[in-house]
This record gives sequence, C-alpha cells and structure tokens, in this order.
Amino acid sequence: MTAVNFPDKPKVNYLNCDKGIKSWLLTLDHKRIGLMYLVATLTAFFIGGMLAEVIRTQLLVPQGLIFHATKHMSSFAAYKHYNQVFTLHGIIMVFLVLIPIIVGSLGNLVIPLMLGAKDVAFPRLNLISFYLYVGGAIMAIVSTVAGAVDTGWTFYTPFSIQTETYVCWMVGGIFLIGFSSIFTGLNFIVTIHKMRPPGMTWFRMPLFLWGIYATSIIQVAATPVIGVTFLLLIMERTLHIGFFNAALGGSPVLFQDFFWFYSHPAVYIMILPAMAIVSEIVPTFSRKHIFGYEFIAYSSLAIALIGFLVWGHHMFVNGQSAELDTIFSLLTFIVAVPSSVKVFNWLATMYKGAIKLDTPMLYALSFIILFTVGGLTGVVLGCIAEDVVLHNTYFVVGHFHYVMFGGTIIGFLGGLHYWWPKFTGKMYNETMGRITCVLLFIGVNVTFFPQLIVGAEGMPRRYASYLPQYQPYMIASSVGAYIQLVAFLMMAGYLLHSLFRGKKAPDNPWGAATLEWTTSSPPPHYNFDDTPLAIEDCYDYSNVKYDESIGGYVRTDVPPQAEPAVGPEVAPAHA
Amino acid sequence: MSEALQPGVNPEIVKKHLAHHFDTMQQQFDAGKLGMWLFLSTEILLFSGLFCAYSVYRALHPNVFQFAGQYLDPVAGLINTLILLTSGFTMALGVRFAHTGKRLGITICLILTICGGVGFLVLHGFEYYAQYQQRLLWGTNYHPTVGPNNQPLLPPAGLIKPMARPTPIEAAPWQNLKLLQKQGFIVAHSGLAPAPIGPAGVVAKDKQKAPLSPYSQPNNVQIFFGAYYLMTGLHSIHVIIGIILMVWLLIRNIRGDFGPSYFAPVEFVGLYWGIVDMVWMFLFPLLYLAH
Repeated sequence: MTAVNFPDKPKVNYLNCDKGIKSWLLTLDHKRIGLMYLVATLTAFFIGGMLAEVIRTQLLVPQGLIFHATKHMSSFAAYKHYNQVFTLHGIIMVFLVLIPIIVGSLGNLVIPLMLGAKDVAFPRLNLISFYLYVGGAIMAIVSTVAGAVDTGWTFYTPFSIQTETYVCWMVGGIFLIGFSSIFTGLNFIVTIHKMRPPGMTWFRMPLFLWGIYATSIIQVAATPVIGVTFLLLIMERTLHIGFFNAALGGSPVLFQDFFWFYSHPAVYIMILPAMAIVSEIVPTFSRKHIFGYEFIAYSSLAIALIGFLVWGHHMFVNGQSAELDTIFSLLTFIVAVPSSVKVFNWLATMYKGAIKLDTPMLYALSFIILFTVGGLTGVVLGCIAEDVVLHNTYFVVGHFHYVMFGGTIIGFLGGLHYWWPKFTGKMYNETMGRITCVLLFIGVNVTFFPQLIVGAEGMPRRYASYLPQYQPYMIASSVGAYIQLVAFLMMAGYLLHSLFRGKKAPDNPWGAATLEWTTSSPPPHYNFDDTPLAIEDCYDYSNVKYDESIGGYVRTDVPPQAEPAVGPEVAPAHA
Repeated sequence: MSEALQPGVNPEIVKKHLAHHFDTMQQQFDAGKLGMWLFLSTEILLFSGLFCAYSVYRALHPNVFQFAGQYLDPVAGLINTLILLTSGFTMALGVRFAHTGKRLGITICLILTICGGVGFLVLHGFEYYAQYQQRLLWGTNYHPTVGPNNQPLLPPAGLIKPMARPTPIEAAPWQNLKLLQKQGFIVAHSGLAPAPIGPAGVVAKDKQKAPLSPYSQPNNVQIFFGAYYLMTGLHSIHVIIGIILMVWLLIRNIRGDFGPSYFAPVEFVGLYWGIVDMVWMFLFPLLYLAH
C-alpha cells in the first residue's frame, strides 16, 4: 500500500478489531489505554469542574450563597463544608486531572504513532499505570464519602495531622496515582530512547516528543519525593512519628519543602505537554516550518531542570532566610526565560505563515495569550517584595488558574481537537468547534481576570465569605464560570455527535507531516503496516498538498518505507 | 553476548520471549535495562527524601544523634552489612551464570542470596524486638527504661518534653543518686540534689554550660528513632520484595526459562538487589555509627 493512491481504508482498526468489555479492560494496546485514560480523566474533570461551579456559586454573595449560618448551624460549621469543597476541587484538578490528562490520554494515544512504533516499550506497565490511577481515584472517592478532606490541596502540616477528616485515604490515593505517574514517565522515556524509527535522530523528533520527554524526566525524578512525603504524613497521623510535628522535635517547614520540591516541578509536568501540543499545532496550521526547533527542544529540558530549583518561592513568607528568598526569586525569573523562548518561537513561526484558523489553531492561539498572562503574573509573584503583599490572595488564584486552565486545559483541548479525527476516525463540526473555543476563551478571562484585580486589592483566598466591596468582581468571576460551563456542554455535545454522526475523517485532515498522519484514521491495531522511515523533516509541508477528492491532505512524494520487520502474523500482540 | 541476543540465532527463544512491539531481542533487552535503571533511580529518590530528613534533623539536633546512636549495636549492624555484601556477591555471580547459561549455578546462587536476605531480616528482627522491649520506639511511643549499654538513664536535660512525665517508679533509675555519683555524673556540677520527681530543673539550669555527659538524655530522642524505623523499615520492605522476586526467578529457572539468549529478568533483579545492598551501605554508618 502506498500513501499516494489511497486504496480503500482497512476496515479493521484498533476500535473494532476486538470486541467485549474484557478486550478493553485488559488491553495492552496503547491506543485503547489512552482512550480509557481520556474517559477517566474527563470524568474527574467533570467532577472537579462541578465543584468549581459550587465554589463560584457560593461566592456570589458576601456571606456565601450555599454554605452560610442558619438557625441550625453556626457559620463556622457551615463554612467548614466550603473548605472541603475547595480542597476537593484542588486535589481532583491537580492530581486526578492536570497531571495525567495530557500525558496519560494524548501521550499514550500519540507517542507510539509519532514514533512509527507498534506500542510503548512496556505495554503491561502501561496498563498497570492506568489501574494504579483508577485505584488511587477510588481511594480518593472513598475518603470523600467517608470524610472529605479540608486541608487545601497542599496538605500543610500541622493542620493535616490534626484534622479529623480522612487525610490518610486521600494521601494514600495520591501515593498510588504518583506511582502511576512515575511508571508512565518511565515508559515514555524508554519508548523515546529505544523505539525511535530508523532515521529519526534526537533532533528530527517531533517537538511533542521532546515536550513529553522533558515531562517524563520530571515525573520520574520528582514524584518519588512526594511519595515518601505522603508516606511520612500517613506515618505521622497513624504512628505519631513526629517528623513534621514541632512538639516532637520535627519541622512542619520540612513538609513544605518536601511538598513543593515535588509540587512545583509538578506544575511543569502539567504545562510542558501543553506547550508540546502547541508546538505541533502552530506550524501545521501556519503551513510553515517551526521556527527555532532546537531552541524549543532545549527550552523544554531547561524548564524541566530549572523547575527543580525554584520550589522555595512558595515559602517566601514562611520564615525562610533572606538569602534563600533571593536565590529562589532569581531562579524563578530564570525559569521564565525558556518559557518565553517558546512563546517567541511560536510567534515567529506564525509570522508570514498561511494561517488557517481551525479549531486546534484557535486553541493554540488562546493558549499563547492565556499562558502569557499566567506566566507574567507568575513573574510578579516571583518578586519577593510583591509576593509578601500578594501571598495568599486571589491574585495567586488568578495566576495559577491562568496557567493551569488557560495553559494546560486549553492546550489539552487543542490537542484533543487536533488528534480527535485520528483516533476516532470522525470529524467534529468545525463551526461549533470554533464558536466554543471563542466562548471558552471569553469565559476563562471573565472568570480569572477579576480574580487578579480583587487579589491585588487584598481579598484573601480560601475564604467562604468576603467583604461587600469585592462583590462586583466576584459576580463577574462567577458569570465567567457559568460561561465556561456552557462552553463545555456545547463541546461535549458536538464531540459526542461527531462520534455517531460525524463525517468520516481523512487520514491527514490538517496537513501535518509527522508520522501519525501517515497511517489510517483510526489506525489499525498495529499502527502501521510497515515500519515507516523518518528521514523526512517532520515540519516540512512543501510535499503535503490538499486533495479535494478525499477532503484531506496527501503527500505528493512517496514516503519511504523500511523493509518489513517481524509482522503481526509472526508475533501476535496479546501473546 | 550481544550476538546471542540477535534474532535468528535461536528462533524458538525469539518466538517465546520477544514481545510483539520490539524488532530484536537486543532492543527489548536494552529497553528493559534502561527502564530498570530509571526505576532504580526513583527508588534512590524515594530513599533520598528520608536521607534529606535525616540530614536536616541531624543538623537541628546533633546531640540527639550522638546520644541515641549509642543504643544501636554496631556489631549487629556490621554482621548484617557483611551478610548483605555476600548476598550481593552471590547475586552478581548468579547473573554471570545466567549470561553463560549455567542453570545449576543460577539455582545455587539464588538460593544463597535468598538465605542472605532472610538471614538479614532475622537478625534485624532480633534487633527490633530488643528495641521494642526497651520501648525505644518512635514519636510519642518513646519511653526507654535504660540508657545505652544498660547504663542508668538520666532525665532529659530540658523542661519542655512533650511525652508523658515519668511516674516516680518509672523515674527510679535516675533517682539512684549513689549509682550516678559513682559514675561521676550530674551532682558534680550542680551541688544540689535533683528534684525528687520528673525532669530535674537544676540540670536544665546548667544546660548551656555543662558538657553533655554520654548518658544524660537530650530532648527529642524520638526523632532519631523515627528516622531509624522509617529508614530501616522501608529498606526491609525492599529486602522482602527482593526475596519474593528471587523465589520467582528460582521457580522460573528450575523450569528452565533462562539461557544465554534470554536472561533479562535475572539481570534486572540483580540490579535491584544491588540497589538494596547499596542503600544499606548508607544506612549502616548513618544510623549505627551515628555517635
């Protein structure tokens, strides 16, 4: 089969090659595991999002609309529930959504395809990772039902030792999810090291792989530390070991150091994959070679490495010495450099390009704008003098939501729309996609920009009630949250519609030149009929032309193929 | 060795052990080895959190580590070190036998290594039991009855001691003034008799000036034992996992799975056992030789 003639698509693909619930739950196929991750993380995203709507509804009025003092309940008791709600929102969004959503779902779906490989290096470990994630999520749900945690997602000691809520279960669940994250990262590092196709040197890899590679390094190197930290927290609560208890000679600040040693790099676990997606979308939809390939590749690694050295900027007001404050502040400014290298390279890629404003590109553009706002407010917070004023205010909330939502989630949605035709085989409604993206962009800004202002005016975060003077901003923020809800419902609508009624997707709807678009949509179980060669530049679009007859792009040159290796008939997948 | 991993040399081995998504046995072996090294680096990082906490607390409470380290028996620790080192050697020998395809050699080496692991755990179990009997436990459970080397125990040198005050009967060892005087402690520099019950205020007064005598108890000794139990406990769990893995290898080896073309599991468990050994090489001086 050659790509030029486009013979009839093989009817058997990874979705219909095997039927029954067992063929999904016990699958070793990276594409199916990726889809299961997608469903699981989107479910968690739905729950976390609903909790966010509860928070925004509560804050519509100064005394709180949902949790407030009544005849039967003191305000203290009522507001405790608010603490639980925002804690669960934070934990679910950080540990169950942001960390695995891109790496677990899109990473699993795309990485082996981009490498022209049949699967990731350790398919069984991949499935174990997924079930560790599910197990951790179940433990988190148990803790929520039994006694929802009210510590905030940071689990700061000493409160997390004293509170009556089910901290051990929640932390144990996150411990499992952490191992899921470690194994996924390990799997991808080995896959990228050892399974690149003939011809794909390190600097011929698509940038998505560079981003995932840098992410995986952080996952492997940082997550064990949060594992042992949470282990110590469990020991502290059950055996009173005294490590984080000042009364027993321990140090609560040590917990904060340990926690942020993981949790700051974790921010880069979330944002690097989103940047990696944008690095794929921008050149494809600009029909232009990526600008500064090596700078983008190296900046991913630089972010990963410098990201390990900045955790102290979370602790400027915790009694850390002035020298440490200064060093951490400086390093925080330095980490902004590779991030902006990426932004400038994307802009330079678009410059004089033939930009097509399709849905994935709109998400990429939203990402660039929102991430820039989030990044720049981060630099503001990295400045010690300003941080002393802004610490623990809504400014911080606004900042990290711009990065986490405007960055990670928007980037994820861009990737979802970009690869949706590839792994479902269906096109979604383009007009609805564009409208939704614009609506979401408006919603994000209406939600989080007022939080920046109100934070600068001094409103503290994590409170169930507030002074009446802040109400206009809070109402605006809540309205923005409802706009986002509408946008997400629309998205769910047209994506589900596309699954059942969508137009059949061509193999290469966007005209990208990376390897995953050379196989059929959806790909067959073995991804490729023959191991592809990767001697072409994956950002060179001169040979990729639109073909009206199939509604997609084709290569005008014959893509090279390697001689057939051991075929599926010799070594079946589930042997 | 590397030629033996190429496909075609032994098609049956390739068919049996080469996963569908790899092209050659060599690629599969390399991938597995890189994965194992990465996994071991996460293991080191897991322990490094504890090592970091150890360093912080040692810097905060140097006297605690000096005092409490005396409770641990360096001879027992040394024997355990030798046992683990020997088992590390037998494991490495087993991996070598796997490379050359000597099945009996693998079996003997695995059995010897398992014996080493079990011996380590048994000896360590005796240590734990003795410490439990002396109530040398973590956190709030730390209530020692005697000092290191069965010497009488002096009261904590400060007034703030979060654990329960000892009752008069429990406090008896350090009220035995004559015994203490015989050993040349305490009364020499205060000139006053210690308070009849509980921590002696007079000792606290002189805390800054008086040099710490070897058996007077500093505050927060429980921190050392917290670190001791966490670090050795986590290590022991790893030893147990290692033993389970080696039993699995033993069964597979007796079944005849391994040969010169396929020995990856033996090699990987060997690497794991090496890390288990190495962590102990750090734990032994940090804990047993802390004083």
